[in-house]
Formats: sequence, structure tokens, C-alpha cells
Amino acid sequence: MHLMYFTEQPMSAYSEEAGRDFGATALMFSNKHFDPVAGSRLYNNYIEQYMLAEEVGVDGIMLNEHHNAPFCMQAKANIFAAILAGMTKKVKIVMLGNPLPLAENPIRLAEELAMIDMISKGRLVSGFVRGGGQEQLATGVNPAFNRERFEEAHELITQAWTRTGPFRFEGTHYQHRVVNPWAVPLQKPYPRVWIPGVISKETIVWAAQQRYPYIALNTSIEQTKKIWELYDDVALQSGYVGGPENRGYLIQVHVSDNEEKAIENARQFRWMQGEFTGLAHPVWSTPSGYGSPTNRRAFVEFAAGRAINPRGNTSFEQQMADLRIIAGTPKTVIAKLKRILEETRPGILALWGNDGKVSQQDSLTCIKLIGQEVFPAIREIAKSLDLKSPFESNAPVHIKYSTDLKPAKAAAAE
Amino acid sequence: MAGADWTASTMDVAGTKLHVARAGRGRPVMVLHHETGTLDHLPFYDALAAQYDVLVPHHPGYSRSERPDWMRSTRDIAVIYRGVLSELKLGDAALVGLGFGGWIAAEMASMAPADLSRLILVGAMGIKPPQGDILDLAVTGYVDYARAGFHDQKAFDRVYGAEPSVDQLEMWDICREMSFRIAWKPYMYSQTLPYLLGAVRTPALVVWGDDDRIVPLSAGKTYAKALPNAKLEIVKASGHCVDMEQPEALAKLVKDFIGRE
Repeated sequence: MHLMYFTEQPMSAYSEEAGRDFGATALMFSNKHFDPVAGSRLYNNYIEQYMLAEEVGVDGIMLNEHHNAPFCMQAKANIFAAILAGMTKKVKIVMLGNPLPLAENPIRLAEELAMIDMISKGRLVSGFVRGGGQEQLATGVNPAFNRERFEEAHELITQAWTRTGPFRFEGTHYQHRVVNPWAVPLQKPYPRVWIPGVISKETIVWAAQQRYPYIALNTSIEQTKKIWELYDDVALQSGYVGGPENRGYLIQVHVSDNEEKAIENARQFRWMQGEFTGLAHPVWSTPSGYGSPTNRRAFVEFAAGRAINPRGNTSFEQQMADLRIIAGTPKTVIAKLKRILEETRPGILALWGNDGKVSQQDSLTCIKLIGQEVFPAIREIAKSLDLKSPFESNAPVHIKYSTDLKPAKAAAAE
Repeated sequence: MAGADWTASTMDVAGTKLHVARAGRGRPVMVLHHETGTLDHLPFYDALAAQYDVLVPHHPGYSRSERPDWMRSTRDIAVIYRGVLSELKLGDAALVGLGFGGWIAAEMASMAPADLSRLILVGAMGIKPPQGDILDLAVTGYVDYARAGFHDQKAFDRVYGAEPSVDQLEMWDICREMSFRIAWKPYMYSQTLPYLLGAVRTPALVVWGDDDRIVPLSAGKTYAKALPNAKLEIVKASGHCVDMEQPEALAKLVKDFIGRE
């Protein structure tokens, strides 16, 4: 079991009222509400949190990236990854991830990630994402080619990591005369790649075809099981059997030494007006061509105000009941997490510990209890359930490095 | 005016399948629709069909025409439409380009500067407005964008209904996706077109609604200046979609400009 700490790095020091008045807290919500003095304090708070997380023994620190929105302060995940590469000693730096389609020059990403891997002495996990809808608009990248760019940038980066340069790359969206970066990853064949996601089936299928672990982001137990059903089907078609080493899960968990306080702080998971990524503007969050054509009708109805968000927006109480939010003392939290482990059998687990306006002191307490009490118990449970991480099971980094592939029928018979 | 006898067919041009509606007799006129696609029947189309042989192709990737995945620019559509005119031996057709269709028409005119009989651009996209910006589909809601094309919202209601259907919303999304595929950046204009227009010999009429909130009038003035043989007409009490808001006024301008057989 690989156990991680995660925070969205909320930019909580802005006027909530201003967000409500504007009606959206993304893309065009004015950055006049961004206070760099508070920003400086918060960035340093997050560094302090990560350093404590390493000290109390988490296996990994999960990082992500978003643009033009207060729900996440990381405009470039590689910056924090570079900081952690230098400042920490043991934790895996787990990027979930770099939004590939936003890159106009993926080779630059390949170089940055290789540098992070070398500086951290091989502690990088290099996840990749498509980026949210509004990220495409914030960076001026064509949403209609999002998935094509994702797959092509992935191809270019992995080639840059594994092929001897110089070589030429002539793709549909990326053309490069010379690929020959003088920075290559320390880990061979290349750093592990994990793929996080929420609702796009195409991403689950793609991850399974690559044999990359898929990290379900805060889905309900039922949704998570459906994701693994699809992943496992594609795995069998691809000649291997999916297992815990292919499954990751991110869940909102706030731990405190006091049940009431834990629940009060956990309400901050809904701090952005109850939306997962802030008060979303329905048109900006799903630009045409970004989503799956099968979801087109549902999203246009939502955009016109005639239907609820297909991504869902359930209440705090319902999320507590569904175990999408867990809050309490270590004892309460461990019991609930046990159920999730039993039901969904992941080999990678990330706890999203703190959000919104939870104080730095309470955030540090949460991290301490996670590292010292929750994770040791989870490790024991994982052992009894035989939930091995990709590291423990020595899983291949990519399907092409597999040595155990079988024809689909034989794999299915196992 | 109504009751023109429209036929619909599918044309194959260089492997691109196009839905083409056609009606009327007389001089050939090709009407190129907006970035929001087109309805099957509009009073403006009927008004032209009463006097001309009118073709209304649905742009590749819009409305009833399927999407060619390979297309990357508005000029690609213009080339395909050049193929349509050649195929039908209508090289001397008049073009009426509406909004985004105006951009396609201008590109077509630039490719064969003396062939077309007339060029009519109505609230055309395609060049960077010297003042103001073209309203961006990417950050505007489906209904908000469509409504922004009308000066009088009652005119919008007459065309689309006060509450457009979900089918209509979905169609707008499909059209949007194609607009992004071919006109994302720079958004809805070409940096070279203004220079290419200088060679066009076709007599041109540039028409703008006096309340166009989609493409600023400054772009219309630039078109009228860039085209060597052009005049500018402003239609009163009209938004961007002059064809849908003031169909009779636009049809009259077009007929006066193209003339009778």
C-alpha cells in the first residue's frame, strides 16, 4: 500500500462574497481578489505541511495544478515538485499531474520532470492529466483537440525519456526538429506514471491500455467499483489481470483529536460553494469538444440551466454518508477507511486532509494524526487484504515492459 | 414569398460529404450560413429563391453535414466550396456570406479574384476588428451567444422560440466544436486575409446590422476598404444576424446588388 497526503493548496484568503456576487470562482473571477501577501504566507504554510508529512512517515506527497481559480494555488505543479525534490529526503513526489494538452512544448515538460527525478534521487511519480475545461481556456489551448494532444504529448515525452537522441518528432499537434534533452530521468525505463480522473470513460480505458494505475478522485464506492470493472475488462483484453497495484483512490479525510472539531473542519471540503473545483461556470468548465460526445446532451442542458451538473454536487451530509468525506478521530477514520479498502481494494491511497479555511494548526494536527496513527493501521489492514502498491508488486511501468502478458482469453480464465 | 420548392441532397467533394439545400431558378447564388449553423428553412432563403437558383450548403462539421476530422482552417472549407462550384459548373455564382459564412466567402473570393459575379458579406468574421473584439463562443453560453446576434429579442423568439429546444442546444454545441477546430486561434479571423482581399475584382457589398454585438462594425469598414470594389450598407434595427432579424431588408439589398436576369 502506498499512502499519500494531498491538499488542493486552497487560496482561501479571498472574499467569498465577491465569488458569490460574480457567480463563478474560476477563469474570469478577477484576480484583484488575489492577495499576494496572503499568497506568500499560504505557500509557505503548504511547504510546512509537506515537510511534516514526510517527518510523520507518509509514503508520498500528491501534487496537482490548476489555473485562474482560488481552489488551487498551484499554477505549476513542477515548481512544488522541484521544491520538494530539494527539501525532502524520503517521500515520493507524486504529480497528479501535469496537464499535458496545455503544453505547447512537451519536451520542456520531459526536461523539467527529468530534473525533478534526478534532484530527488529517483522519487518522482509523474502523473498526467487532461486538465479541466477552464484550464484550456485559461491557457488558450484548443479544447477540441484535448484528448489528441494528451495522447500525443504522452508519446513525445516517453520517447524523449527512453529513446537516444537526437531524433525528429513529426506529430499531428507537435512537431520538433530536434529531440535531444540533456536531462533524462534517473528511474528506468522512466518514472512511474499514474493517471487520475473523475468521469471520463475514455481516460479509464486509455490508462488500462497503458497499464498505468488509475487514481479515482473522490468517487463514491459504487462509482469506484464501476471504474474498476471497466479498467479490469480492458486489462483482460490487453492481456493482464488488473489488481490493487492498478488502483488508486483519493478521498477527503480530515482527522482531529476531537470528533466535533473534525466534522466542523471537514465542512471546509465544501468551502467553494459546495462545488468540487469552485463555483463552476457551466460553459467554461466544459468547452465544446472537451468532453466525451456521449455526455454532450447532459452538459448542454446543464449549461443552459435546465439540468443539474453531470459531475454531481451532493451535500456535505450525503458525502459523509457515502464515505466520500470522512472526518473524526483516528479510530473513527480508520474504521471507515477499512470499509473502503475492503470494498474497492486500492493499492494506492491518498488522503486529502485539509481544505478551505482550516487553520494551519489544525492542518498540522491532521497530518500528524494521519502519519502517526491512521497510516500505520491502514498499512496493517492493507497487508491483511493483500493490497500491494505498484512499488511492492514491482509492476511494470508501462504495458510494453510487461513480461506476463497473455492472450485475452487466457488472461480472462485466470 | 414562402413555399419555395427546396430539395436536399448530399454532395461528395474530395471525400467530404455535404448537405446541400437548393431551390429556385435564375442566377446562381450560394448562401453561406453562420457559425451557429442553420435552420432548414428561413424567410431570407425563400426570398432569394423566388428570384435565383439558391444553394445553401451546410458547412462541413455544422448542422446536417458531417465533420471531416482533418480540417484545420476556415480556408479548408473555402477550398471545398470552390470544389462544389466547379462540380456544379457554377464558377460565376454570387456568394452571400453570413457572419462566419462571410469569412468563408471572402476566402473563396481571394482564391479566384475575378470568377465570382458578386460577393456579399453580412456581419462577416475573418479579419481582426481594428476596434473591439469578436464575441467569443468559448466563454459565452449557448443561448446568450445566439441572443447576442439579435437587436430585438422578439426577433430571436420568432426564429428559435423563447426557449430553444435541447436539440437546438446540442446542435449549437456541435457547431461550436467545429468552429474551435478550425478557428480557435487567432479566434475567428485570419491574419493574411486582409492582404489577399486586395486582389479581388468581384464587386462586393458589405452589409452590417447597426447593432452588431458579435462582430464590431469596425471590421465591416475594414472589409469595405480592403476590397477594391466594395460598398458598405448599414441595416437599421438589426443585430449581427441581419438575415434572420431583417430578412426582407437584406433580401432587397442583395437583389438590388445582384440584379435581375
